[in-house]
Parts: sequence; C-alpha cells; structure tokens
Amino acid sequence: MTKTYYTEDHEWLRVEGDIATVGITDYAQEQLGDLVFVELPEAGRKLAKGDVAVVVESVKAASDVYAPLDGEITDSNAALSSDPALINSAATGDGWLWKMKIANTGQLEGLMDEAGYNAHIG
Amino acid sequence: MTGDHTNQLPLEDLHSAAGARFGAFAGWNMPLTYPAGVMKEHLHTREHVGLFDISHMKLFVVSGPGAADLINRACPLDAKTLEFKQSKYTFFLTEAAGIVDDLIITRLGEDRFMVVANAGNAATDEAHLREIGKSFDANIEPLDRVFIAIQGPEAAAVLESAGVDTDTLFFMQGFEPRTNWFMSRSGYTGEDGFEIGLPEADARELLAKLLGDERVMWIGLAARDSLRLEAGLCLHGNDITPDTDPASAGLMWAIPKDLRTDGKFIGAAALSKILADGAKEKRVGLKPEGRQPVRSGTQLFDADGNPAGRVTSGGFGPSAGFPVAMGYVSAPLAKAGTRVFADVRGTKVPVDVHSLPFTQHRYRKG
Repeated sequence: MTKTYYTEDHEWLRVEGDIATVGITDYAQEQLGDLVFVELPEAGRKLAKGDVAVVVESVKAASDVYAPLDGEITDSNAALSSDPALINSAATGDGWLWKMKIANTGQLEGLMDEAGYNAHIG
Repeated sequence: MTGDHTNQLPLEDLHSAAGARFGAFAGWNMPLTYPAGVMKEHLHTREHVGLFDISHMKLFVVSGPGAADLINRACPLDAKTLEFKQSKYTFFLTEAAGIVDDLIITRLGEDRFMVVANAGNAATDEAHLREIGKSFDANIEPLDRVFIAIQGPEAAAVLESAGVDTDTLFFMQGFEPRTNWFMSRSGYTGEDGFEIGLPEADARELLAKLLGDERVMWIGLAARDSLRLEAGLCLHGNDITPDTDPASAGLMWAIPKDLRTDGKFIGAAALSKILADGAKEKRVGLKPEGRQPVRSGTQLFDADGNPAGRVTSGGFGPSAGFPVAMGYVSAPLAKAGTRVFADVRGTKVPVDVHSLPFTQHRYRKG
C-alpha cells in the first residue's frame, strides 16, 4: 500500500512501509527551470527534518531541497548524475531524488495530501 | 536604484501574453524565462534569432558644441576621433579608476552622441553626466524609448524580412535610421545582432512582424545572462564594479593607447598608476571540473589553500555544454590552464583558469 504526501516546500513523498521516496513536484521543477546538476546524498546519511538533503542546480541558481522527515538515506537516484533534466521531464517519476528510512512515521501526519497541495499552490 | 518602486516595461503585456515568468532586476519587472525555458532560449539564439526586451536600459543623447569634450572628460575615450556611426565600448570611472558603469557610445553626428547605459546605473549615470556637464556647453537628454535586441546568426535576415535595412551597418556601428529610432549592430550574446531603440508604437508594429517570423523567439533575462557569460562579456555589478578598474578587468583594449598614460578623463591618474604598478588581480574565465556550476560569490583558493580570488559570475553554459564562470584571481594565477579550487558548500571543486570567450564571437565586422 503506497501513499503519497506533499510538503509546503514542494516535495512529494511516496511512502511504502517505513521507506519514503522523495522528489520535487512538477510545480517546483517548473519554477526552477532547466536543471543541470544535482548534488545527491550518500546512503547511510542521517537527516533531521529541515536539513538540506539535496542541492539542485539550474542554469541560473542553486536551490536546497530539505528533508521532509527525520530518517536515514537508503538510496539516491544515480541516473540524475548524468541526466539531471530527468527532474524536469519526470519530476514525480524517474526524476525522484532519494529514498529514506523514516525514523518517526508520526511526522507524516503534518504533511499534505494531493488535494491539500493543489490548494497550497493555488 | 529605484527603491521600492518597480518599473514596468512598456511592452509588459506582450511578455505576459507570451507566457513569461517575471522577476525583479535592477528595479525593473523583467521577463526571466518564457515557456521554452532558459536552455532552449539560449540555444535558439545561437542557432536562429533571439528577441530581447532591453527597455530597462537607458539611452541618452549628448549633444552641443561641448559634447565631445564632455565625453572625453567622462570617459577614457577620444570622442573627436570617432567616425560618424562608430560605436565604442567605454566606461564612466571614479577618480580611483573604479568602474561606475560600462557604456556604449556612438557618434551620430558632428556634435551628437548616443550613450547606452545599464538599467541599474541609469540614475547614477545621468547624475554623473550632468555634474560633469556643468563645465561644458552640452545638452544631456534621456530618451523615452522601447529598446529591443535582435541577436543571432539570422538576425540580419529577419530584420530585412521585416523591412528594416541592415546592410549599411557593421559590428559596433550605429545610426538613426528613422525619426526617433536608434539602431546599432551590437549586443550582449557574442552573436551578430542589432539593438534598436524606438517609440512604443513603432516597436509594437515591428515586433508584430518579428514575432510572426518562425526564426524569432522571445528570450528572457536568464538566457541573456548565460549567453553573455559564455561570450565572456561583463555584467556591471558582478564582474565590474566601482571597486574594480579596467586594467584588472582586462578591458584595456577599450582605452586608446595614448590615453593610458596621459589621459584627461576622470580616473586617468589612478589608472595610469595601476598600469605602472601592474594590476594585482586579473579577470579570467573559469571552467569548473565536472558538471557542478560554481556561482557568483564563491571564494577561490590555490593548491596550498591560500586565498586566490573569487567568482563574480557563474552558471551553466548551454552551448559550451559545461559549467562556465568568470572571476578574479591574483595576477600570477591568471594564465589559462592554472588550477585553482572553488569552495562550494565546503567541498573544494577544481577549477581551471580558461581563456575567454567560452564560445567564439560571431560578429559581422567591416
């Protein structure tokens, strides 16, 4: 059973058991423009909610992507090293950023569902 | 600067209709990108024609019997030796030879010159010119114009199709082809191209024709920046400022030789001293190793970890296909191929000093 959550910082989380796959939303990739580099986190890195997990770089600027939850990185999307534009073309699919083991599933309760997120971006 | 007030482009409605994403730049609400996105906009300009609204930049006519003398005082230039139609890249300098702004000045007639200034400095430039102008018999007239740039290998062909003659102009020439028009063969992309200042009604008429041409695409400020950076062209406020001088900035080619040691322009004494002592730092191209861009403000270090300089512009070069940057390094490190290191969020990224431009200029010279 998979469930998708959204954050106010324009990330999505696909949660299966205690593993979350995290990426940025289509709205976010549109705002950032063409991405040219992604600084990915190493597996095993422990993150607290709000830590900078990933830096995505467009032609023009670098932007931080924050950990939406406490947890530990289990994997990151190696395909982005050679093709960062995957985030532009498939933000919510092949352009995922990292997977993490969720430390406290209770933190999911503060996140939005799709309808809530759509209302958030207006 | 304009404080809290944000200026609107006269043609903002056209940009909105084209789906532009806007952002603030130098006190203006400017189109940053259009739906095609910065990458496609950049490449389109290099392959076909990019259309830029640069109405945030300011045109001034300096005229009268003392016009050339006023310019000679304000700029390291000999305005009297310019031919009619000839354009020159030049500066306003401080007494310490710091760069107040970079400009293009075109001689339109015996006592008539066009000065094109940067948006962010327009007010400073006008005050500066008027202050110097008190000592000269010259009139300084800011113009109210729409200003557009048409850039790319097919720029001349596109303008010809729209009924605008281009074959009388070579690179760095400008004239007044119609009433209240100013047109020059120049730009900020490294490509052949034109910049035209004209009344709003004329602009709307011309743009209707240009936008109906499939070779033409609106280009936003984001691609304007990546294009000029690949072309090695300076952005005032980043790569040149009142704290940098033309010698350090590698812009001495813009200053006639006889004025370098014996000029009467503001800043001449300081510049001559800098040249005699040798510039301590030099502006260079910087090519980061790998794919990660190195941004403006990033500090540079030598192999031993000593401070070596700073990045003043940096991003990704869509035509180059790799990250490109520009900055200042201490003079001994300024040779192409020298390796320095950029501190990017705590990681030392290897960066090589690189010759400029990153992409060859394709100007149409006479």
